[in-house]
Amino acid sequence: MTQARESLIEVRGLRVEFDGRAAVDDVGFEIAPGEVLGLVGESGSGKSTLARALLRLVPVNRGTVSFLGTDLLGCTGRALRRLRRDLQIVFQDPLASLDPRMTVGEILTEPLEIFEPTLGRRERHTRVAEMLERVGLQTSVVGRYPHEFSGGQCQRIGIARAMMPRPKLLVCDEPVSSLDVSIQGQIVNLLSDLQRDSGTALLFISHNLAVVRHLSDRVMVMYAGRIVESAMRDALFAAPAHPYTRALLAAVPDPDAALCPASESLVYSYER
Amino acid sequence: MSASPAVAASERAAPILRVDALKVCYALDGAAIAAVREVSLEVAAGECLGIVGESGSGKSQMVLAALGLLARNARVEGSVSFEGTELLGLPAADLNRIRGSKLSMVFQDPMSSLTPHVRIGVQLAEVLVHHARVTWADAERAALDMLVRVRVPEARRRMRQYPHELSGGMRQRVMIGISLMCGPKVVVADEPTSALDVTVQAQILALLREVRAQSGMSVVLISHDLGVVASLAERIVVMYAGRVVESAPTIELLRTPRHPYTSLLIECAPSLHRARLDRMPCLQGVPPNPLDPEIGCAFAPRCPRVTDLCREQRPPLRRVDGAAVAVAQVACHHPLHP
Repeated sequence: MTQARESLIEVRGLRVEFDGRAAVDDVGFEIAPGEVLGLVGESGSGKSTLARALLRLVPVNRGTVSFLGTDLLGCTGRALRRLRRDLQIVFQDPLASLDPRMTVGEILTEPLEIFEPTLGRRERHTRVAEMLERVGLQTSVVGRYPHEFSGGQCQRIGIARAMMPRPKLLVCDEPVSSLDVSIQGQIVNLLSDLQRDSGTALLFISHNLAVVRHLSDRVMVMYAGRIVESAMRDALFAAPAHPYTRALLAAVPDPDAALCPASESLVYSYER
Repeated sequence: MSASPAVAASERAAPILRVDALKVCYALDGAAIAAVREVSLEVAAGECLGIVGESGSGKSQMVLAALGLLARNARVEGSVSFEGTELLGLPAADLNRIRGSKLSMVFQDPMSSLTPHVRIGVQLAEVLVHHARVTWADAERAALDMLVRVRVPEARRRMRQYPHELSGGMRQRVMIGISLMCGPKVVVADEPTSALDVTVQAQILALLREVRAQSGMSVVLISHDLGVVASLAERIVVMYAGRVVESAPTIELLRTPRHPYTSLLIECAPSLHRARLDRMPCLQGVPPNPLDPEIGCAFAPRCPRVTDLCREQRPPLRRVDGAAVAVAQVACHHPLHP
């Protein structure tokens, strides 16, 4: 009973199939309100499919997802729309996920028109301006189009759009993977600030372990559609239990490793 | 044969690939986009040189220019010489005798750089048939040996497969195999592992290290990932906004970076060896627009050590005196180390 009230989202026995083959199999986890859960795994491990399943973007074959006590997979129409307001996503490719024919102002206003239709024009305007400022963009950009911005700036717009309806859970699917190293940190710090200020929970998906370590309270490792390990951040990085997690940690190319070659012996211990 | 050991030693140290004052620009609606503002560098025989830079720094444009692979509307100035032969302006027929045989390439995306409708075995063998006038039968035997050498499992079966039937890592092994077919003197690998997962990436880097140790060829490894470059290269060149801002032997560059940009790149590099900080280290701002004219140091707007001098005068790339192991260069008015 207390468990149900404590967790924001509860996933049980989730299975997603494509052509009869499981991309996600028997996945179960919970996220508490305001918690940051990191999800790592390689391409094909099922992490993006899992994200899409939670957002009802791909059909689920088996399992349950309860979001704030509501059956997420069963609801339709108005109930689903209400849930979607609380469940937003930031995608990997910042430019491709923005409509090229909409201005930044239109992109950020659209979620308000959908989820808070009673809001007046002036209030909408204020909310957009506030959000732009929070994500580090000038309010003067409202009339500009996505192609006029760099990758990092587009990702700021994508994050702003996702945060507009003030979601309770923000799913970030490889949000910094297509950005340069010098820009990645900016976006990670932005997500971390927004998360702390708004209390939004994050499901942060990445193959970049250093970034996941930076943001997450807890980390899940996915391999071949299943969660193979799940632990509190420090425990997982200090003492990875699953051999796959160990291989993943050891394979990260690291400039510091070049200075201490002793760590290299670990790198090639794992063959897929 | 009659050469004295001293001559042989100096030959070994002589640069096999030399880029001198290379500039690449594109004309766009009357404006000029400077992709490479000016780059000079040398690759010694047997050396692995790493080139690090962010997107737009000009690292790929530089090597594409060197290999004559730029788009038609690119304007190239300067010089690129390979074993003393000037490559810029060389007729295509002559260039093709060098490219793919003595000087070969591995690109980022192994799917789009392999021909989709040609079997793997043929793609490997045709390199030898074309460049070395070997019979198909011999070339296919050599292709099979190569697949074994680059550790493609079930090589005999793979010979008859098409690129789409292979995983990304296997395709990159095949690409590396193709680049090695003629026993090249220099292999240029442009982001060879950027499309791969980390565990596969580690395997491909190990393979590159292994084939290099066997053959003694030079490798030019280009990547945005300092960790990748550091794991293979003996010397690293750091590029920013179309210029070299620093070059030094790998360990020296990592331990005592001179350019503030290099130092920040190292700080920002995702590392699991360091303690987790409250804020993720990052650079403020964005790289300059290649359409804008260059005034002063290109890094000045993002640099923590910036002064008025930096905004007015572009620091020349100068040789560092008393560099620990080999020649080091830096282009900064206020380097972190002398």
